[in-house]
Amino acid sequence: MSIKVEQLSFNYGKKKALNDLNFTLESGQFSALLGPNGAGKSTLFALLTRLYSLQSGSIHLQGLDLQKTPTQVMQQVGVVFQQSTLDLDLSVQQNLAYHASLHGFGSREANVRIATELERMSMADRAHEKVRALNGGHRRRVEIARALLHQPRLLLLDEPTSGLDPQTRKILNQHVRQLCEDQQLTVLWATHLIDEIHSQDRLLLLHQGHLLSSGTGEDLCTLSGKEQLTHAFEHLTQQSVAAA
Amino acid sequence: MNMRSGYYWHCFRGILIREYLRFIQQRTRFFSALVRPLLWLVVFAAGFRAALGIAIIEPYETYITYEVYIAPGLCCMILLFNGMQSSLSMVYDREMGSMRVLLMSPLPRWFLLTCKLLSIALVSLLQVYAFLLIALFVDVEPPLWGYLTALPAFLLVAVMLGAIGLFISSWIKQLENFAGVMNFVIFPMFFLSSALYPLWKMQEASEWLYWICSTNPFTYAVELVRHALYMKFDLLAFSITLGTTLLFSLLSINGFNPQRAAKVK
Repeated sequence: MSIKVEQLSFNYGKKKALNDLNFTLESGQFSALLGPNGAGKSTLFALLTRLYSLQSGSIHLQGLDLQKTPTQVMQQVGVVFQQSTLDLDLSVQQNLAYHASLHGFGSREANVRIATELERMSMADRAHEKVRALNGGHRRRVEIARALLHQPRLLLLDEPTSGLDPQTRKILNQHVRQLCEDQQLTVLWATHLIDEIHSQDRLLLLHQGHLLSSGTGEDLCTLSGKEQLTHAFEHLTQQSVAAA
Repeated sequence: MNMRSGYYWHCFRGILIREYLRFIQQRTRFFSALVRPLLWLVVFAAGFRAALGIAIIEPYETYITYEVYIAPGLCCMILLFNGMQSSLSMVYDREMGSMRVLLMSPLPRWFLLTCKLLSIALVSLLQVYAFLLIALFVDVEPPLWGYLTALPAFLLVAVMLGAIGLFISSWIKQLENFAGVMNFVIFPMFFLSSALYPLWKMQEASEWLYWICSTNPFTYAVELVRHALYMKFDLLAFSITLGTTLLFSLLSINGFNPQRAAKVK
């Protein structure tokens, strides 16, 4: 599922959170949305997921206007939020069943899908445990399983590894890349951690509401004249602060 | 679009099951919600019984004890606290937590919020009936069929109070904590109604207090329940309760627009 964002701006009162964003993401691609805290990543996600209404500009998913056909579009979108949205007092199965019902699945079909997705995430044996009993990494896996339950074609992950240890972060990142490859999923992975990005990834660099770059990691290095992605990121964001 | 059969039904069912599961999980909240009206019924009413004589008034056919008089109002008190508490948490959760999950459903937002209000209302009924069961021990014994005829009245009142709660917490930012809502909404609404005293008693005390009570929708909610519990139908109370429910449902669903949340962030 492709994403096309045109002239997208968003304000919180007088404060500009996003400023005239334009980009296109191809179908079946792993893309990273990179930016320091406060860059506008979560605002962009809130707009992509219809949590906030558009103030100006447009968003098209697979050619469908998000504002005009929200129901069709949202059926194709799976989301993992930055903060956990699981109900800690309910079991893994109950959390997933709730999500399945919100997408219109009856209990029989929901149970089949839940079993499949938990299996894929190697969490099948934890289905009846309360979420409170799971560690951070496992909770994230449950959230990814939940986001994939209705078989979306676009998976949005807003800093899904925040609060996890480096090893778990790496595993989770690899896992999602594998899903992207296996299922031809379009993935947009928001992060402020450079080590979660590969140099060949499509990269949207967001800073203070501006899109500084939308090429690959390699393009970003070329643009900044730096060899390493970390240095390129620092250089471009600092340059942007100086220009402001 | 490609909608599976029963899409809306499965969605409503899922929201209701979740509310029920949360209710089961939060047993302490259930008991504390019962303690409040029971204290009123057992302690407050015992003290007031001697001071306050109740004449024969509709829908009662004989002299009644004060406990019998205030029981419908206390049922509505349970719904009032539940409605306000749940609505407040819906607004808090709007940008995070479980409401985010709810709003990711492809179904229209008005439908999701209506399901949520209805589910909260249905789960609140369990508490009301638990209260009525205990009230039997202090001789609050409405006719057996009254428990059934009161059911739709309880449901309507619960939705009305949930919608008012949602409206208030969406629009009045100063009331964004429960203490504020309790002092400025719940208590005035409850005390300035016919829940504790008949309106004619209020009129004897003060004409303007009577006027406020008779414009308070909670008064009509209590009267609707009082009549329904004794298998009678109060058309005026029903019309006002229904009208208030529709009005505040519309206003609250409109007020829940996340765009507003963004503006005030």
